[in-house]
Amino acid sequence: MDWSTEFVEGLAVADPVLQLNDLHKNFGGLVVTDGVTLDIGFGELHAVIGPNGAGKTTLINQISGLLAPTAGTINFRGTDVTDLPADKRAKLGLARSFQITSVLPRFSALENVALAVQARNQTSYRFFGRADHEQPVNDAANAALAEVGLADRGQTLAAHLSHGEKRSLELAIAIAMEPKLLLLDEPMAGTGHEESARLVSVLKRLKGRFSMLLVEHDMTAVFALADRISVLTYGRILASGTPDAVRADPRVIAAYLGEEME
Amino acid sequence: MTQTLAASSVLPSQQTDRANALPVAIFLILALVPFGAAFGPESYVLGLFTRVMVFAVAALALDFICGYGGLVSFGHAAFVGIGAYAVGIIGAHGVTEMLVSLPVALLAGAIFAYLTGTVCLRTKSVYFIMITLAFGQMAYFIAGSLAPYGGDDGLTVRLRSTLLGFPILQNDRTFYYFVLLSLLVVYFAFRTIVYSRFGRVLRGARENATRMATLGFDVFSFQRVGYVIAGAVGGLSGFLLANATEFVSPAYMSWQRSGELIIMILLGGLGTLHGAIVGAAAYLLIEETLGGITEQWKLIFGPLLVLIVLFARGGLLGLVDRIRGRPGRG
Repeated sequence: MDWSTEFVEGLAVADPVLQLNDLHKNFGGLVVTDGVTLDIGFGELHAVIGPNGAGKTTLINQISGLLAPTAGTINFRGTDVTDLPADKRAKLGLARSFQITSVLPRFSALENVALAVQARNQTSYRFFGRADHEQPVNDAANAALAEVGLADRGQTLAAHLSHGEKRSLELAIAIAMEPKLLLLDEPMAGTGHEESARLVSVLKRLKGRFSMLLVEHDMTAVFALADRISVLTYGRILASGTPDAVRADPRVIAAYLGEEME
Repeated sequence: MTQTLAASSVLPSQQTDRANALPVAIFLILALVPFGAAFGPESYVLGLFTRVMVFAVAALALDFICGYGGLVSFGHAAFVGIGAYAVGIIGAHGVTEMLVSLPVALLAGAIFAYLTGTVCLRTKSVYFIMITLAFGQMAYFIAGSLAPYGGDDGLTVRLRSTLLGFPILQNDRTFYYFVLLSLLVVYFAFRTIVYSRFGRVLRGARENATRMATLGFDVFSFQRVGYVIAGAVGGLSGFLLANATEFVSPAYMSWQRSGELIIMILLGGLGTLHGAIVGAAAYLLIEETLGGITEQWKLIFGPLLVLIVLFARGGLLGLVDRIRGRPGRG
């Protein structure tokens, strides 16, 4: 496709899971997404970085279906999902985590994850039988909790988890959906050094198993994890490519990374 | 710190034994009321407690969508009224068979819930309250304009519903147990549903609808099914009410009635189911007692309600929990 040529090498992928094509989003006169074209390959971990207010969360919200783009298309696994509501996209295999923790506070950690399993496992229009006694669902949920290091916290109410644990729970919910693409909106937001290092190692394990779009401020994490990085400023992709290429890109250094990467 | 918090959050499985004690006690008391009533003003007591149970059925349905679904419906009385009118209108045409009127009452409530729910559930929070109120008032005024069926004056139900032609509900005591059985069935049905897969989705949507959508749940559809269930049960309550009072009136649908139902579930304890029964009983018994003392009973009842909401969050059940030193309900 010819539009890919104007970008840094390595952008065009043979088998994209997600394709954003000239995506625009305006809030009144405010342009938040300004012609984003991006694709994510199968199994790829693609990071989107950029300063605050660059439109990263808005981008994720459009991909996950919580916001409708003003113009442009979103193609997920060969289907145009631009007009599909969030739940239909989730059913197609799109999972997301939220920058501001979004869990069910009065549900136990296990039930939070079990709901994600229930969503993809048979119908939920079932009015008999206790949902919390469904062993296969609970097993899958427990496995997801174990993957993020919350194996022994399943029975704790989500509201009672520490901030770091809530971040892990977000991740467990997303992976329990067994998605084809994981949208991670600042999974390390607000976590300490240790916690964030732990989450990086969790994500490293998940890498390859899921295609991932990672929005993150923690540059150490991004450069440790990403196959490719896109830099977003003022709603526009400034540069896109391998971590090394992006790190060396003078426009990126000027606009965003600055001396941080020196 | 999180460890201690975790220990204090009681698991549902450990709670069951204690949580069952109260519902069992409630139903035992209700089952024994007719025996006690025989020693006093029997028909008065039977009538009063029949009324309590009829409203408890409606309150249960409201607690289901409001307490578990987070949908504060201010038009719940419309379902009750529609169920009652189903009995009244069919009866006016000479059909008293409950195998006809009961399904019609349920269906009428369900259909009204489906149609209005399709509109209401597009809105949230205070808008949802206002639009359910609007639909409720609409039903109220339509009922009042049904000239062939009494208009504002309502209409008399000449004969209580019959089963296969037998007037089994004519006897007040039999009717009392028929209502008790209905309440029991509704209570167990809701208890089963709230813990089922469907109930878990409904409860999840109350907590965080956006999260539920991103998990792949079509929240609107699930809520609408819940709303329809509540509408059908509201219709059942109306069926019972029409038979209990042998009269049908637009007043059954007034917004004050919807408000009373909300007060009942708040009074008893939101999102507990048996709290709805306790609340209905408390409301009607307080009304009856205070109403016997003074015409202005609401002057006393109002502040009482404020005190309960302020100091006993979780309603009367929450109060009981606190007195017994249990962690209160969330």
